[in-house]
Amino acid sequence: MKTKNQLALAPWVFTVGFFILWEVVCRALKVSSFILPAPSTILLAVWEYRNQLAYHAMHTLWMTLAGFGLAVGFGLLLGMVLGSSRLINAGSYPLLVGFNSIPKVAVVPILVFWFGVGWVPPVLTAFLISFFPIVVNVATGIATVEPEMEDVLRALGASKRDIVFKVGVPRAMPYFFGSLKVAITLAYVGSVIGEQNASNVGIGNLLTRASAAFEVPLVWAALVVLAVLGVVMYAATAYVEQSMTGWAQRSQMAA
Amino acid sequence: MKPFVDIHDVTHVYARAEDGLPAVRNLNLKVNEGEFAAIVGPSGCGKSTLMKLATGLQFPREGTVIVDGKEVGAPVKLAGMAFQNPTMLPWRTTLDNILLPLEIVEPHRSRLRRHKAEYVAKAEGLLAQVGLKGQGDKFPWQLSGGMQQRASLCRALIHEPKLLMLDEPFGALDSFTREELWCVMRDLHAAQKVTIILVTHDLREAAFLSDRIFCMSARPGRIVAEREVEFPRPRDLEITYTPEFAALVHELRGHIAQARNAA
Repeated sequence: MKTKNQLALAPWVFTVGFFILWEVVCRALKVSSFILPAPSTILLAVWEYRNQLAYHAMHTLWMTLAGFGLAVGFGLLLGMVLGSSRLINAGSYPLLVGFNSIPKVAVVPILVFWFGVGWVPPVLTAFLISFFPIVVNVATGIATVEPEMEDVLRALGASKRDIVFKVGVPRAMPYFFGSLKVAITLAYVGSVIGEQNASNVGIGNLLTRASAAFEVPLVWAALVVLAVLGVVMYAATAYVEQSMTGWAQRSQMAA
Repeated sequence: MKPFVDIHDVTHVYARAEDGLPAVRNLNLKVNEGEFAAIVGPSGCGKSTLMKLATGLQFPREGTVIVDGKEVGAPVKLAGMAFQNPTMLPWRTTLDNILLPLEIVEPHRSRLRRHKAEYVAKAEGLLAQVGLKGQGDKFPWQLSGGMQQRASLCRALIHEPKLLMLDEPFGALDSFTREELWCVMRDLHAAQKVTIILVTHDLREAAFLSDRIFCMSARPGRIVAEREVEFPRPRDLEITYTPEFAALVHELRGHIAQARNAA
């Protein structure tokens, strides 16, 4: 039991320890708060700008979740199509990989041409950057159904559709939920990039304005808020994964 | 008697075979209704191809495959299958795994929801027959390999198939569990009157369980010997220690050795 408690405590101890170390280094070496503010200074800034930060963080949260939601829907659909058809898979893979290798920050200007500055570019950037891992994982899960299982069902007269929905999709769920953890962080990156370049609200936009005005504590405060928000969203996704695919997490490694 | 499965002069080449060599050539095989047939042969002789041909998962390049009086042109739908790998779906309980074929095959498919209780009772009956009474609520990964294989047999039989295809179903089990399952299989066959084709490497298994044994040659596979097994049923495991049994196994071994050497 002792080790279990230690494991549960470890993240907190390490996190608090990290910030204490940071604080000590800043004070001992008298680092200028323009270069690296101490955690206490940042915390003060977070408190000072709390209303502004909360408002922009909520906006970013919405942009991220909207883009992420689109990515989940689209990713599941495309993943199912790619997973069930080898032809479509082989044909579209180069296109997908090519598209995915474009840094999404380069796409934002095009989104602005199309939709103007506002909430659409951040949402779409979040979507575009995060759907790929979902597609690949769902497709892999479906395409790797055991041939024996397929034979059992096909000999009963099962259609391709039956096999995909009875075996492929449930089988792909652990891959899918695994990819969500990657996708949520990517969507977050996407929405912040979108906000920095093509929005008047959101943490991304706040960051751009604060750095232009050399408001260093506000920049750091915004970063901390970003980190906290990211951890919360990741944890929520991981929780959903745990509760949905318990059957896949029975290995000793996962315990 | 009219054969239930009639594979007549079949040659089959897989579309994906790179060397273009047929997997089976001039294959002839007849299995009567209700018969327990075993197919033995050196590894890679096309036994699995034979299974796919008989269930309509593959169609022969040449020759005809007739099952239940009809030439096979699509998956036969009246077959149950079990493999060496039990292939249980880990997200379903054992019971739900066993019910899976009913979600596919008509008329059960459209009846399943309304007559669930009746089907569950049937599945539980099968579980009891294979010695898994009350284990239906467990997930397959909570069962041992031998228990999973028993459940896999239940899944293959739940829709009352007229043809049961077994591809080395006991190959991965230890010898005690294997002998136990031989008896389970023997009793299931006696109770269900289903036609069974068992593909196996184990000559004792073939001799103990089947009414008729076919020996296949190395690839491209064809039948090199056919042997009726005349031990009276019901058979007890003790017969596997009789001189007649040993002689039969020895004879089969001779055929296989020849088939291997010919390759």
